[in-house]
Amino acid sequence: MANIQEKITKLFPDATFEEGEILLVNIPDAKWHDLAKCLKEDADLHFDYLVTIVGMDWKDKFGCVYYLRSTTDNVQISVKVTTEDRENPMLHSVSDVWNIATVYEREVYDFFGIIFINNPDMRRLFLSIDWKGYPLRKDYDMSPENNPVPRENERQEDVTYTYVENENGKVEKKTITLFEPNDFVVNIGPQHPATHGVLRFRTAVDGETIKKIDFYSGYIHRGIEKLCEGLTYPQTLHFMDRMDYFSGHHYHHALCMVYEKALGIEISRRAQVIRVLMDELARIASHCLFLGTYCMDLGATTMLFYTLRVREQILDIMERTCGARMTFNYGCIGGVMQDLHPDFVKDVKALLAVLPANIKEYNKLFIGNVIAKGRLENVGSLSREDAISYGVTGPSGRASGWACDVRKTHPYSIYGELDFEEVVYTEGDSMSRTKLRIAEMEQSARIIEQLIDNIPEGEYCVKVPKVIKLPAGHWFQMVEGCRGVFGVYIESDGGTSPARLKLAPPCLPLANVVDHLTRGSKIADLITIGGSLDYIVPDIDR
Amino acid sequence: MYDLSVITNWIHELLLSVMPGWLATTVECVAIGVALLLVYALLALFYIYFERKVCAAFQCRLGPNRVGPMGLLQSFADMFKMLIKEVIRLKHIDRFLFALAPYLVIIASMLSFAVLPWGNGLQILDFNIGIFFLIAVSSIGVLGILLAGWSSNNKFTLIGALRSGAQMVSYELSIGLSVLTMVAFAGTMSVTGIVEEQKDLWFIFSGHIPAIIAFVIYLIAGTAETNRGPFDLPEAESELTAGYHTEYSGIHFGFFYLAEYLNLFIVSGVATLLFFGGWMPLHIPGWDGFNAVMDFIPSVVWFIGKAIALSFVIIWFKWTFPRLRIDQLLNLEWKYLLPINLFNLVLMVLVIVYGLHF
Repeated sequence: MANIQEKITKLFPDATFEEGEILLVNIPDAKWHDLAKCLKEDADLHFDYLVTIVGMDWKDKFGCVYYLRSTTDNVQISVKVTTEDRENPMLHSVSDVWNIATVYEREVYDFFGIIFINNPDMRRLFLSIDWKGYPLRKDYDMSPENNPVPRENERQEDVTYTYVENENGKVEKKTITLFEPNDFVVNIGPQHPATHGVLRFRTAVDGETIKKIDFYSGYIHRGIEKLCEGLTYPQTLHFMDRMDYFSGHHYHHALCMVYEKALGIEISRRAQVIRVLMDELARIASHCLFLGTYCMDLGATTMLFYTLRVREQILDIMERTCGARMTFNYGCIGGVMQDLHPDFVKDVKALLAVLPANIKEYNKLFIGNVIAKGRLENVGSLSREDAISYGVTGPSGRASGWACDVRKTHPYSIYGELDFEEVVYTEGDSMSRTKLRIAEMEQSARIIEQLIDNIPEGEYCVKVPKVIKLPAGHWFQMVEGCRGVFGVYIESDGGTSPARLKLAPPCLPLANVVDHLTRGSKIADLITIGGSLDYIVPDIDR
Repeated sequence: MYDLSVITNWIHELLLSVMPGWLATTVECVAIGVALLLVYALLALFYIYFERKVCAAFQCRLGPNRVGPMGLLQSFADMFKMLIKEVIRLKHIDRFLFALAPYLVIIASMLSFAVLPWGNGLQILDFNIGIFFLIAVSSIGVLGILLAGWSSNNKFTLIGALRSGAQMVSYELSIGLSVLTMVAFAGTMSVTGIVEEQKDLWFIFSGHIPAIIAFVIYLIAGTAETNRGPFDLPEAESELTAGYHTEYSGIHFGFFYLAEYLNLFIVSGVATLLFFGGWMPLHIPGWDGFNAVMDFIPSVVWFIGKAIALSFVIIWFKWTFPRLRIDQLLNLEWKYLLPINLFNLVLMVLVIVYGLHF
């Protein structure tokens, strides 16, 4: 940590530092782009993975906090860049350093109105293009007259904007058309069987070949981050089931951990074991459903039922303990909501008994099928460099050879003591993404096997204060969801509700990389690639 | 084997005795038309039920089981729903072609339906180039699909129609060549003639290797020709929603739906005719007792039973395999099936010339 600080000070004397759980670098906007380049390209630093960009409004100034991670030694660092101009806030873009920054900066622009100079695509990301105001600004006027419920079709634009500095240092707005005039643009979505939700791909095709995809989201944007600012801390937990609805347990786990970290609460070993068990059961269920729906997308409908068989069994286990099959709402600050069902151990053992036979069947039926091989192998190959630059984490990132499992890189809860392997493949194609998920199911089963016979006695939830107030400060926590790294950033001003809660979901980068992967492929490959990335739309839109 | 032409001749005589010849022919035509439509509709309903039950069994489900005993009336209920549904009038479409397309598709399948050898003496159209006629009329269907996709004025239907055009034109080659192989073996194009040739032994047995190759290719190409999985690209649900018939509703959609199931029957029927002896019972040379017992089963049962058994195989494909991609589909045809087929035709000719068959 110290030598990173020394190195940055030597190159950028303007930088100031704040120690914390993660080193925070303050840098003026003018130097930010140079620092970003240096952070990424310097062989010793090598911060090549941009975890997230947190847009912030501190009332006196706007700014962004960039969370960066090095993929060589998994060191984390955060960088804070601010601007005091409230009328026309502008920062320099780092979209040329990390590809994923393009879309993260769009999100910040959408919510805070901060313009990023040199970002090639400065459109809103989630809100409609006629939306007035920037909702996450602290002085945003929420009155419904400003943005009445639209009675007409949403206005559409085929252009995007970019802001560039000319020689005099003045910023100019430029218009770029998305598609060429003669392009045959097919609208795949928002209502389409293969987008797995209301997501839209405007696809320019030449015959069956895809030329370009413009990814368009926000149809089910609910403004969870904004809503959370008006709720108490325990209330914010309930949204975690409603983003990636298969990773509800993981997301609860993340938010609970960040609150517990802030409050200094130590939870019981029993609660930790229960949380990990639930996480891994949910991971198996999620990967099962992935496999089933993926095969269905490819036309092999029957596989869906074979995978749902296992998932049903897991949902039954969940139902008995959590009382729900979908929105479990099980984690709470201090532990979990209620104790395990008396039959839990028996049910889980029954599941573990049938799982290997089912996995064998999936491999035989689908992975070994000659048509499936033809459809999946060498389709949508993502290199390791691109996976990192586009922030593609989770099973999709690991299929490209990037060992990005947070359970291994930054072990949380009791994962450090467990014996399991991080499955990493190197091909990066759709086939390896599919196979990797099946292999992960086996590893999750291995974790459950280790824990199921020694669930310690103890309280499932420790006593916490009735009114929860976080001390002033900020915290960041990551967990490994079913689809990748889920990050939570929380900033508190000492009150009963968060000043800023930023959720960094794994699915936004996954949907964003579709354009890069599909160029030059066939329309059918869009379904293959999109399916193998396994994004969940409510997770993108939040 | 009881010759059903006795009955048809008797009806003909009966009609002639009460009315002039031209009227008798007209009455017969109408009666056959009505009977054909009836069989057509009933078979389609049966197939919808059959496919649902088969796929349910593959998928560890029960399938339809609420309407009527064992869900038998489910497809009737669905048919009535389809009939009373509104035919939605769309703007910005080519009205005439849009309305014409489903009729072209259904006419194509109905005409091919008429050529099938239903039973001993039960051919509706029986002339010396029956097989040739069948291939010709079944090609009209692709026209209907292309028109449907084009006239809907929708990008999804257009892509579906173009895929369909490419696919059907390609696979017709394979169908044509494998049929040609069998026609060469039979030595006749007449449907009755081909069935008669298989009196002692079905072609799949007597033609051995080349016949089996031709059969496998025919089955693959036939599945592709009917746009069924794994070759259902023109209506690939997860890619093109419903492909060329996305914009159709009510009875017009019903026509496409019916034609799809009937094409399945026709493809299996033609396979039955060419490889499994049409309505001929299973005869094994030398086993006279066995052959006599087989003769007691009516010829209509033989034909429909064999066709349904073959359809089962095609349905099995659909519920097992994932879908191919368009380039893989065309590769399969042009790089593999077509050369194998040409080679197989030569092989068949050699087998015939040197009398290497049974």
